[in-house]
Amino acid sequence: MALLNKKSKEALTDPLMKNNPISLQVLGICSALAVTVQLNTAVVMTLAVVSVLSISNTVISVLRKMIPGKVRIIVQLSVIASLVILTDQILQAYMYDISKQLSVFVALIITNCIVMGRAEAFAMQNTPGKSFLDGLGNGLGYGGILISVAFFRELLGSGTVYGLPVVPESFYAAGYQNMGLMVLSPGAFIILGLIVWAQRIFSGVEEE
Amino acid sequence: MEHYISILTKAIFIENILLAYFLGMCSFLAISKKVDTSIGLGFAVIFVLTITAPANWIIHNYLLKDGALVWLNPEYGINGSKSIDLSFLNSIIFIAVIAAMVQLVEMTLDRFAPKLYISLGIFLPLIAVNCAILGGSMFLVEREYTFLESTVYGFGSGIGFFMAIASMAAIRHRIRYSNVPSELRGVGITMLLTGLVSMAFMAFSGIDL
Repeated sequence: MALLNKKSKEALTDPLMKNNPISLQVLGICSALAVTVQLNTAVVMTLAVVSVLSISNTVISVLRKMIPGKVRIIVQLSVIASLVILTDQILQAYMYDISKQLSVFVALIITNCIVMGRAEAFAMQNTPGKSFLDGLGNGLGYGGILISVAFFRELLGSGTVYGLPVVPESFYAAGYQNMGLMVLSPGAFIILGLIVWAQRIFSGVEEE
Repeated sequence: MEHYISILTKAIFIENILLAYFLGMCSFLAISKKVDTSIGLGFAVIFVLTITAPANWIIHNYLLKDGALVWLNPEYGINGSKSIDLSFLNSIIFIAVIAAMVQLVEMTLDRFAPKLYISLGIFLPLIAVNCAILGGSMFLVEREYTFLESTVYGFGSGIGFFMAIASMAAIRHRIRYSNVPSELRGVGITMLLTGLVSMAFMAFSGIDL
């Protein structure tokens, strides 16, 4: 990317793999797993988080010199909460069915640790442009994990991908069955555990 | 009475806020390394959830709900000429109430139960951004609980969180002596274990209430 210099590029690409918010920083799992039964809710959730995270990072970075240190948490929270309410209203207006399925989990982006964490750790020290890229990168890194968990849960649990059946009928005829466990909550924990494992082998990070 | 017991059991076992709805995972993963700190956090969550659930119920039902301001002026009711619906403000008001309540609880404990206050330590302020607390308030709105029901629900969810985090801390304490593959240590193995505990809790869904 010739448009971006090296440092900005790092802010964008680092969180995608090397410093992924979910699997390595272990932030923001709270609201992540409940929406991963199907791919389409996971994709909408990813879009919501990416937009909230990148906009909130930009806004807080613009305001960073005006925010008094003592009340910064409450200022950050109100910026984030307003953006989340906006997202929620837009979803209710244009994607009513999916917003019903997501129920309270869109509102829970407010307490998602990634959003607060990036505002506090990155946006308070960096320029708006870089903070935007950092927000975008972290949102996409979060979404990547979310979508891959949803992909496996939907494939193994219901035999579909994005609502389209992919497991051929002949498999079912031969005795193949959908894994009911994947649709239930333990499936999400187990799939995420395995993905974290795979990713840590790939990026070579170890923990004490 | 039976109705409340069923809500309580449901909140603790069948629809455990952590194991079935994945709320409060961040603090769960970060704190469950040690048994005594996780018990401290568990108590703090029970405490705050039991207080914030009814507080947010009152605010939702008398200020924010569609037509809730009818006690000010009959015209503000659902069918009134100036019907007011402030429910889109739910999340931002709830989080403010939770932050204020946490502060209040902190000051009260500091004054009247300094020992408990010291043992809870840093966890009390951190609870303000715990998803389980906000999630509890959002669920009681979505399920249209009454005042008593939401108090019971808040208390039960707190107990459920306490049980999940305390048992996970005990398991993680034991797992330290096992030979876990180095990349799986930490989050990976905790996730897999949580999956197993969650599976065990699913067995409770057979209880017919």
